[in-house]
Amino acid sequence: MIELPLAKAFSHPDAYASGATYKLLPFRFLRYDEARYLITNLVGEYKLLGTDEFRAFVGHNLATASTLFYDLKGKHFLYDDVSDASLELLATKYRTKQSLLSNFTALHMFVTSLRCDHSCPYCQVSRVSEDRSAFDMTEETASRAIDLMFKSPSPVLKVEFQGGESLLNFGLVKYIVTEVKQRNDGRHLEFVIATNLSPLTDEILEFCREHSILISTSLDGPEELHNTNRPRPGRDSHQRATNGIQRVRDYLGRDRVSALMTTTAKSLTMPREIIDEYLRMGFRSVFLRPISPYGFALKSAAKIGYQTEAFLEFYRTGLDYILELNRQGIPMREEYAAIVLRKMLTPYPTGYVDLQSPSGIGITCISYNYDGDIYASDESRMLAENGDHTFRLGNVHRDTYEDIMASSQLLPMIYDTMAEGTPGCTDCAFQPWCGTDPVFHHATQGDYVGHRPTSEYCAKNMGVFRTLIDLMEGDPHAKTIMRRWAQ
Amino acid sequence: MTLLGTVLDHRSDQEPFVARISTNPNLPKPMRSTEALLLDDEGDGDYTGFRAVFVRHGDQATTPHIVLPPDLHYLGAEDVVRYNPHTGNFRALYRRSSPNNSLLVTERCNSKCLMCSQPPRDIDDSYVVDALMEAIPLISRATPAMGFTGGEITLLQDRFIGLLRATKNYLPDTRLDVLTNGRLLSYLQYAQKIADVGHPQLILCIPLYSDVDTLHDFVVQAKGAFDQTTRGIINLARVGVATEIRVVIHQQTYKRLPQLAEFIARNFPFVAHVALMGLEMTGFTKANLEALWVDPVDYRSELSEAVEILSCAGLHTSIYNHQLCLLPEYLWAFARQSISDWKNIYMPECDGCSKMRECGGFFASAPLRYSSNIKAFIDEGHRYAVK
Repeated sequence: MIELPLAKAFSHPDAYASGATYKLLPFRFLRYDEARYLITNLVGEYKLLGTDEFRAFVGHNLATASTLFYDLKGKHFLYDDVSDASLELLATKYRTKQSLLSNFTALHMFVTSLRCDHSCPYCQVSRVSEDRSAFDMTEETASRAIDLMFKSPSPVLKVEFQGGESLLNFGLVKYIVTEVKQRNDGRHLEFVIATNLSPLTDEILEFCREHSILISTSLDGPEELHNTNRPRPGRDSHQRATNGIQRVRDYLGRDRVSALMTTTAKSLTMPREIIDEYLRMGFRSVFLRPISPYGFALKSAAKIGYQTEAFLEFYRTGLDYILELNRQGIPMREEYAAIVLRKMLTPYPTGYVDLQSPSGIGITCISYNYDGDIYASDESRMLAENGDHTFRLGNVHRDTYEDIMASSQLLPMIYDTMAEGTPGCTDCAFQPWCGTDPVFHHATQGDYVGHRPTSEYCAKNMGVFRTLIDLMEGDPHAKTIMRRWAQ
Repeated sequence: MTLLGTVLDHRSDQEPFVARISTNPNLPKPMRSTEALLLDDEGDGDYTGFRAVFVRHGDQATTPHIVLPPDLHYLGAEDVVRYNPHTGNFRALYRRSSPNNSLLVTERCNSKCLMCSQPPRDIDDSYVVDALMEAIPLISRATPAMGFTGGEITLLQDRFIGLLRATKNYLPDTRLDVLTNGRLLSYLQYAQKIADVGHPQLILCIPLYSDVDTLHDFVVQAKGAFDQTTRGIINLARVGVATEIRVVIHQQTYKRLPQLAEFIARNFPFVAHVALMGLEMTGFTKANLEALWVDPVDYRSELSEAVEILSCAGLHTSIYNHQLCLLPEYLWAFARQSISDWKNIYMPECDGCSKMRECGGFFASAPLRYSSNIKAFIDEGHRYAVK
């Protein structure tokens, strides 16, 4: 009995207290380490419990006036007769988390050309060829693709130009932007050009300024590493990229250009140098990305590939360095961590295709290849360049929107691979933060669902989740920094 | 806080009325029917048509006018007042010069919060709403912001909707803050009625004291209140009415502030504002002081963490009723001067403090109990050696 010095007319806490029994809300758990269990609820709220605490919780033996009981109630792991509003709150959070689904496909990638002046060993698709007619998208093809894009119900349409080197067919970029704007029926439009920046001209910059087009480029790190990863005649890829970044900033504004890096075996020993290069170039974020096991990258695997554990070590070293920078007051963010933290710490969804369940293929993003073939994602058209057309949903000249979205193999691929139901994922505590990747598992393990114990997708993501939890639980300052990233 | 009630010596058979103060004795007659003339001294003009004539100086025994005592001398043009000549009961409903007009709509309440500053009374005070419905059309359209407080306004049911319609129709440019415990908004239909008014600048300010149902229910002394309030907040989001969450920090709420902040960020990320408020030494707080008082320096770490969680979640966050010398400096950016102009005071310990202009100071009720850690910031750099 808790007695407080209250005036007579007031009741004491006991009058409002819970009874001895409680009900569990849906949750998942895993043994986190020797002494602790990780539990996550339906929407990714989490808590680490000591073994005894965990046993008491699931055994319905928690004292209902204990701090732990309060914590678990507040985080919606349990409820009792006092209130069942938690069910409604959970449902609201679950809908919020899945809210992007109802918008359907927002990201539409147009492969304007497969031609490229680079010959990067990790690239999946590019051709060093002068033959425009063989590898460039035509206006007729683009026009049909635009028709299909406007069939998507999404209120936001993001048009991304991909290659090869997309700007080698700049004429078509201009055609598509102009057509899309002309045919716009009230959607919010965004345009992004993915380019290595080497064909950049003032004309292109002027066009980008006129149409508020964003630039996304590749920067793999310091000059030598970048040029080794991204060979081109003259070995000047780095110089062209960094000059280009500067020109884009001067012309369009500081935040109008972003950069992505790909981690090769050679990169693994250089996380600090890579991050330093991003700092030197004035970036405030870096996306530490592993190599994708597609296309040419598979063939070059022996030369440039590595094991997931090696990547995770690279990732952790890089992340530590980025946190150290933040402690010095230098704002820097790791983008993959930011995506995962948004899932861990906020009720909001992310549009990141590779970390969604149901998978984002086709329904978050779709890719129109130079020849009019339609693929469920950028990675799936890369597989196709190596002869695997599994994820080809149709062709812009032959198929209707309904055929592509509803009658192709797309929907079964999505249903069958939902992490909520796949073996190894269905009861995994990391599931609310994770996703599913049928293209990756098809490419690496020969089936959409894949086999979790040997999946590198699983190993990498579990490694990242544990890294982030360890940092947040062990270091309050890191937690503050990471809370900011999540927003 | 709200209705300044005073009993005047004057009595007559005239019916109770609501009127706007005018200080212009030459006001054209067709405009006088809604106005009460306020004069310094008895004049001898033609005052016909005014609802009443108030004078600041005069002898009630001899004058036909209504004499105001000195504590009502602050009244000025465009203020709105209610007067009951049968009982002498006089109330200022609205003050043109105040940035914090907060109109008490009822003293009835369905909760009984441990620290209530306006202890509820179970009486029929529906005449208050009648008066407000008359007063709202008289309030200056240039008023930037106004509030309704209680008691619990939703107990008025459809009459609350009527008040909202009146403020929307007569004061479309005035932001309206409505204090409610949100419990009756657990009825979606009622929340929908509020939304249907279509008030352009409405925000409902709802207190939430814990992430745990039982702890909140204890603070508001009502079983099931947490359940109703949280459903109410969700319902308001559903129908598109803006909400603010208010947390009063005291001995029974400070320990779980970080968890409450996380709960808000997770479950109510749509709220327009979160206000973390210090205790006011009035109403029930005085009766429950020993169960409520905690020195703000003793909850600095909980407050800091809560502010960090909320602000990192992108929520607009404010700290109210806290003196700057009790807060770590990085929280100053969140501290607002929120105490009504006529209510705030400073303590002897504040003498010579260089931060007084930025600091909200104290409620007039604070001398009853305040932190023993109050101390003046002495800004050596700004002392002029004049002697």
